[in-house]
Amino acid sequence: MRIEFFYWEDCPSHPEALDRLLQVMREEGLADPVEVVLIATAEDAVHHRFPGSPTVRINGEDLQPEGAQGQAMLTCRTYHTETGRLSPLPTAAMIRRALQAARREDGGG
Amino acid sequence: MPLAIGDRIVPFSLPATDGSTVSADQFADRAVLGVIFWCNHCPYVKAWEDRLIAIQREYAEKGVQMVMISSNDPVAYPDDSFDAMRSHAREKAYPFPYLFDESQQVARSYGATRTPEVFLFDRERVLRYHGAPDDNFERPEEVTSRYLRDALDALLAGGTPAEATTPPKGCTIKWRP
Repeated sequence: MRIEFFYWEDCPSHPEALDRLLQVMREEGLADPVEVVLIATAEDAVHHRFPGSPTVRINGEDLQPEGAQGQAMLTCRTYHTETGRLSPLPTAAMIRRALQAARREDGGG
Repeated sequence: MPLAIGDRIVPFSLPATDGSTVSADQFADRAVLGVIFWCNHCPYVKAWEDRLIAIQREYAEKGVQMVMISSNDPVAYPDDSFDAMRSHAREKAYPFPYLFDESQQVARSYGATRTPEVFLFDRERVLRYHGAPDDNFERPEEVTSRYLRDALDALLAGGTPAEATTPPKGCTIKWRP
């Protein structure tokens, strides 16, 4: 499974988001490496189609694809949570769903 | 450096989304004045927004006025344009003025760096609290320290906040190049 974590240093949500991703991976018994990618410039943002920090892609699929359609830019990203709230962080449930879907597609059950 | 606890308010006069011009001194009758750096696009602002609206509604009759100021560069962040601010303030029925600091001079004079970032002034307009609204932007039901509410309650009771400063948590203010 390919797991990518993209972040912009100016947005303070990334340490907590990465911790949350790693925690959910541990809970799911996944030991795949996480590629952590710093987005430092507007050019990086365009190159990586970066809609905001943090962005997590699993096998190339965004955790919340509907939130990844905007212009690539250096900004904090807004996630729409299961409870209807807006948050700078993806929820653990959102991460878990994406990991489980990717595992099924990879044939891992 | 941001304003320090004990500093006096820095006056401002800025255009508001309702078409008026709002200055700090027009709230002289209010017991407490909150100057809060704010914007449209930041997810931290979005996460705290309903709580700040509720606080303003709840504390208005106690003599509290909050004023939200966006200083972000709208060229780089079009969601923070004055037009977008007007639309958003209408959509959310903001109970506080929402002001546009186009020159960014007000943010610089306060030493603000984040959105949201709260500066709370007492009746003499001396800074008594600076920082975040509370300690959990993500889950309101899990807030354990209600910094802003506690500071308001302390000031309205004639005291000073037990916790006068907390680290502001939010997006950086987007400075013009």
